[in-house]
Amino acid sequence: MSLMLEKNPEQLKAEKVYKEMGLTDEEFAMIEKILGRLPNYTETGLFSGMWSEHCSYKSSKPILRKFPTTGEKVLQGPGEGAGIVDIGDEQAVVFKIESHNSPSAIEPYEGAATGVGGILRDVFSMGARPIAALNSLRFGELDSPRVKYLFKEAVAGIAGYGNRIGVPTVGGEVQFDPAYEKNPLVNAMVVGLLDHKDIQKGQARGIGNTVMYVGAPTGRDGINGASFSSAELKDEPVEERSAVQAGDPFLEKLLMEACLELVQSDALIGIQDMGAAGLTSSSAEMASKAGSGVEMNLDLVPQREPGMSAYEMMLSESQERMLIVVKTGREQEITDLFAKYNLEAVAIGKVTDDKMLRLLHKGEVVAEVPADALAEDAPVYNKPSQEPAYFREFQAMENDIPAVNDYKETLVKLLQQPTIASKEWVYSQYDYMAGTNTVVAPGSDAAVVRIRGTRKGLAMTTDCNGRYVYLDPETGGKIAVSEAARNIVCSGGEPLAVTDNLNFGSPDNPEIFWQIDKSADGISEACRKLNTPVIGGNVSLSNQYDGKAIYPTPTIGMVGLLKDIDHATTQYFKEAGDLIYLLGETKDEFGGSELQKLTYGKIFGKAPELDLDVEEKHQKQVLTAIRSGLVASAHDLSEGGLAVAVAESLMGTNGLGANIEISGNIVSALFSESQSRFLLSVKKENQKEFEGLVDAKLLGEVTDTGVLQITAEEKDTVLTEKVDVLRQAWKGAIPCLLK
Amino acid sequence: MRLAVIAFPGSNEADMYSALKDVLKEEVEIVNHEAENLEGFDGIILPGGASYGDYLRPGAIARHSKVINEVKKAAEAGKPVIGVSNGFQVLLEAGLLPGAMKRNESLEFICRSVEVKVENNETLFTSEYESNEVLSLQIAHGNGNYYCDDETLDRLKENKQIVFTYNGSNPNGSLENIAGITNEKGNVLGIMPHAERAVEELIGGTDGLKLFQSIVKNWREAHVANA
Repeated sequence: MSLMLEKNPEQLKAEKVYKEMGLTDEEFAMIEKILGRLPNYTETGLFSGMWSEHCSYKSSKPILRKFPTTGEKVLQGPGEGAGIVDIGDEQAVVFKIESHNSPSAIEPYEGAATGVGGILRDVFSMGARPIAALNSLRFGELDSPRVKYLFKEAVAGIAGYGNRIGVPTVGGEVQFDPAYEKNPLVNAMVVGLLDHKDIQKGQARGIGNTVMYVGAPTGRDGINGASFSSAELKDEPVEERSAVQAGDPFLEKLLMEACLELVQSDALIGIQDMGAAGLTSSSAEMASKAGSGVEMNLDLVPQREPGMSAYEMMLSESQERMLIVVKTGREQEITDLFAKYNLEAVAIGKVTDDKMLRLLHKGEVVAEVPADALAEDAPVYNKPSQEPAYFREFQAMENDIPAVNDYKETLVKLLQQPTIASKEWVYSQYDYMAGTNTVVAPGSDAAVVRIRGTRKGLAMTTDCNGRYVYLDPETGGKIAVSEAARNIVCSGGEPLAVTDNLNFGSPDNPEIFWQIDKSADGISEACRKLNTPVIGGNVSLSNQYDGKAIYPTPTIGMVGLLKDIDHATTQYFKEAGDLIYLLGETKDEFGGSELQKLTYGKIFGKAPELDLDVEEKHQKQVLTAIRSGLVASAHDLSEGGLAVAVAESLMGTNGLGANIEISGNIVSALFSESQSRFLLSVKKENQKEFEGLVDAKLLGEVTDTGVLQITAEEKDTVLTEKVDVLRQAWKGAIPCLLK
Repeated sequence: MRLAVIAFPGSNEADMYSALKDVLKEEVEIVNHEAENLEGFDGIILPGGASYGDYLRPGAIARHSKVINEVKKAAEAGKPVIGVSNGFQVLLEAGLLPGAMKRNESLEFICRSVEVKVENNETLFTSEYESNEVLSLQIAHGNGNYYCDDETLDRLKENKQIVFTYNGSNPNGSLENIAGITNEKGNVLGIMPHAERAVEELIGGTDGLKLFQSIVKNWREAHVANA
């Protein structure tokens, strides 16, 4: 017996029940037109899930079209579970990022955990073995009990799920700002590895082939979560509790191993994760992509609870499930394969030639809808866009240099800002070494994972500074891509491709839509210049509360290739006597900077400029120098500027110090956040060769004093402090705030 | 020497397997948890990971799997048996080692490098180390807070069963800084730090190598002597 009394088609229309499911009047009218009749309750549910922003990208499609998505190495662009890039030797890397923001705002542990689970399935459904996970997190300031709770639980959820799967969580980023107080962001990324021959597609090909359901049984959790997560969070989320799913990492691990064995079977035709909109999206998309239809008997769906309705089964977002299509007659061997892992694999339907998604339940046809209408023909909205007044105001401002009285005290305070401070509290909860391939562990620029049996390695990172994007979406978008690439280069990798997670407020607000639009322009331009196509990603809109939106946060996940694992480089200084260089020009740029926030308690003005020609040139120089074996350490300059970068380069060392000399305006030299800059250290014997390759300025050298000393041109001491003192401030900040 | 790495559902057996096969170059096989015979193996290793999802308590479900009886037989026969991290937890739950694991004092999962001291280098597992040698090894666990009663602790001390301790700071609250113990006979070792993650310079250093080398060397010597 169903828990819900389902309205009949006439009631649905008259009482506008579809609105509760997230459909508009116009959309309901479109559905009526497509079907040539009124949809019933189940059918309305199918459309509401598939036409949600989460599944259909109806507001963001015109934006997504801007991204460059092709390239000679791209084997699979957007549209499948995850994108795929060639890395030579018949191997490929598969990766994708996905958000679980709304669930994490309500139930942070399960929200974050199932975020990891979902993105893992997206990757192994492509036939790839996941080799690393990353994440990108945003929270409010760590001064309220609620924010501390969200932060602690989200981290614990990522750890609780990831650590039990045996996939190392090797990197990511965490930033804190009041803009995320009510709307935390939890974006999870997974990187996998496969051989070209094993690439799978989520397609229901071959009329008469069998549709099988594998994995966990279906329950009443997360019902219509896709429409829930596409809506703005309200003050009374309690009734929507069932929209948050619960994860079972143990089951996921079994499912992963079973699926990786399955992809070696020639009985397999297609495979897709039951992610958002569960059974609906997987079946409709697999049919639509293959130009076929799918018929399923819902009586056969493994169920965790009695009396589930067709609507509930089709829109449940129970975790750890997959839909597969196998050659007819081979069902038993598939069932046997999954039984080895204690998992169910049940034939629930077949591929048809009529392009319909047809559902049977208790002997009746309960839904009959064109698969394309669900998967492809969702309405696309060209939302109005309007430049916000704040942007014009900020652009008109002159660059302001915050006044600093005590450079040392300011540096210590910056190192204690949670966004800059050590994230050891976070990553020490992640098993980042599982798999024993992690060459550069969390804490340095980009993580590096070796590829066993080869000399190759993969560098990976997530990046976005939402403050810059807020001040100037186009420039901020360029910066996000450039900074990700800079991190990859600093670790010795050549940037390959991008997966993006577009986190924004409501697209119905023209000023927010303008942010989305402009930042996509910036991202696209940078991706073209840096030759890193966008191979997939995720859109999370309506991240706002009481009409107040988050900072626009288009998180960039990037993967790069190390031709030789010996190129793996960290940000940490290596030896006393090594020379320290700064590559890139420092300007008086403080818009959106940590120093500006620290000084004024708010951000304003222009974002730092970014010249993509300069960016590309600098990245090439650094990568060439690293590949030539000339670079001892490499670190990109980001939040907090040069002083913070030098301090960070000392944090992972034992007993080392640094003497550097700065020039120009002292505050800018120390703390400006000008872009396209790198801090490099080089052995003395390599000085000449390095200077021939890289246009960097010699700042000073690494010492064995355990002291950071910064002087100005006239030899005046600007700042002297023991590295131990700086380290203590930097390391202790987050644990201290959480106490 | 022929080694078996036991794979429970949820184990990270591949890490241990590749350390033994690719680095130690020993003959090694992954053996399923339902195996009913381990007679052909000279040493048994229970790897890290999260057997059965760590549900109930880490190791609590794995101890009921079929292969555990065979592991017990191997231990009784005097073959070397090692449990690393989750494997240590399984050995405790199975009663092959005394004591129990509590949650880390911080109640958080901890993954980081720690200093580990070799307290007893006169065992099958540590003979290649110097006495009091300090190693850098990685821990990665949520339940590594070793506990036993006073009487057991006295016996552990008396018999020199405390083989590894955390040096300097204690990461998880374990009794007497215990990081690894053997059984009374000295042929079963449980160790929380991941020795198999420290067998290559590129990844985590090589401080774990001698543990495996000790086992192999002692086995070879015993078998040459017996031959």
